[in-house]
Amino acid sequence: MSKIRVLVGTRKGAFILTSDAARKQWNVDGPHFAGWELYHLKGSPVEPDRLYASQCSGWFGQMIQRSNDGGKTWEPVGNKFAYEGVPGTHQWYDGTSRPWEFKRVWHLEPSLNDPDTIFAGVEDAALFRSSDGGQSWHELAGLRGHGSGPNWQPGAGGMCLHTIILDAAHPGRIVIAISAAGAFRSDDSGETWRPINRGLRSNYIPDPTAEVGHCVHHIAMHRSRPDVLFMQKHWDVMRSNDAGESWQEVSGNLPTDFGFAIDVHAHEPDTLYVVPIKSDSEHFPLEGKLRVYRSRSGGNEWEALTKGLPQRDCYVNVLRDAMSVDTLDPCGVYFGTTGGQVYASADSGDNWAPIVRDLPAVLSVEVQTLP
Amino acid sequence: MIRVVLPSHLRTLAGVRGEIKLEVKDKPPTQRAILDALETDYPMLLGTIRDHVTQQRRPFIRFFACEQDLSHESPDAPVPEAVASGSEPFCIVGAIAGG
Repeated sequence: MSKIRVLVGTRKGAFILTSDAARKQWNVDGPHFAGWELYHLKGSPVEPDRLYASQCSGWFGQMIQRSNDGGKTWEPVGNKFAYEGVPGTHQWYDGTSRPWEFKRVWHLEPSLNDPDTIFAGVEDAALFRSSDGGQSWHELAGLRGHGSGPNWQPGAGGMCLHTIILDAAHPGRIVIAISAAGAFRSDDSGETWRPINRGLRSNYIPDPTAEVGHCVHHIAMHRSRPDVLFMQKHWDVMRSNDAGESWQEVSGNLPTDFGFAIDVHAHEPDTLYVVPIKSDSEHFPLEGKLRVYRSRSGGNEWEALTKGLPQRDCYVNVLRDAMSVDTLDPCGVYFGTTGGQVYASADSGDNWAPIVRDLPAVLSVEVQTLP
Repeated sequence: MIRVVLPSHLRTLAGVRGEIKLEVKDKPPTQRAILDALETDYPMLLGTIRDHVTQQRRPFIRFFACEQDLSHESPDAPVPEAVASGSEPFCIVGAIAGG
């Protein structure tokens, strides 16, 4: 019988939530790395007990932890993230130039076919790769060096590379996203890159349709249809049918199209989920009602999912990496909040229940479906 | 032997309890020599106290000893004799900056 393992990163440690396939009774294990910020944890798709975790602290900097037993034990591995060459400058919030400076790892993306290969998206924005299980890290400097880097600027959370999408159908293809630079794609395993932001419109930058400068919050893809990408931008939910060459808005009837998280159903590539947030200055749900919105048509037509979610006095946020799905049938959907709740639905979003209610603020949620 | 006190999170990371005792060959010992010896014995601490590349103290780390703040001393200046002799510990402290 399958099992579900939910990897939860929070402001004060990591938690591992496990259940059988019924997804009704949960075991909560943690905190791991108590007191540290766990921006992201993720397991290898080819060796699921191989987990990687990004552990950081304003005092002590960045650590990378690795587990070979599904999170029972951990060992620190390499934490040296050195930019290639002279890092150069990017824009600061006030438009002045500021040197690139490593701050933390936002997202870890294990290779689709090698448990020892893993990508790290970092702040200040860059992509690193390790091919020795996280012991050593090397920047894929073609991204930062492709030309537009001096024009990138930080979003409110920092200038972070937060999304990394690997494509099994096109082994050299990597799609990444940076706040606030936009989306970029490589077709040669990260050697060379180009921006893929045509069709995005952002009224908070001088040229709303500029090639770079867009605050992309997250991108999701269904593995069976890799050319179709869904994006939650600062404002606007977007869709691309051509691997990012062009984008069309699919916000449709959403009550607000600001938000952070977006994900795709495991078995229905046109079913997607977002959590609308009121605005960029009010990071909580509209009217104090926590609602996941589901589209079964690839966007534009959305329905509110509310059963089991608080429908009054709820003022939490759901961050960009804090939503994930399992691969059981029916598909399970999970998300975590800045109020410390992790909600799960075992029926594609129709009904929700909290797995836990009182964790530290949740930064990330990843789900593993184990045999 | 030089005695070093780590903050709680770094003791957990290093898998130690209480003070650490280090053999520091440089005479007189300096901050740099102490940190070099510490990172050699506990490589998981690399990057947590000083930057990997610049070797500069991380901004929210302080060095105290003998009721003095040594954070802004040159890393190549000798540490106080009481630290060198082992009668006082070299304290690595996380700055008070909220929780």
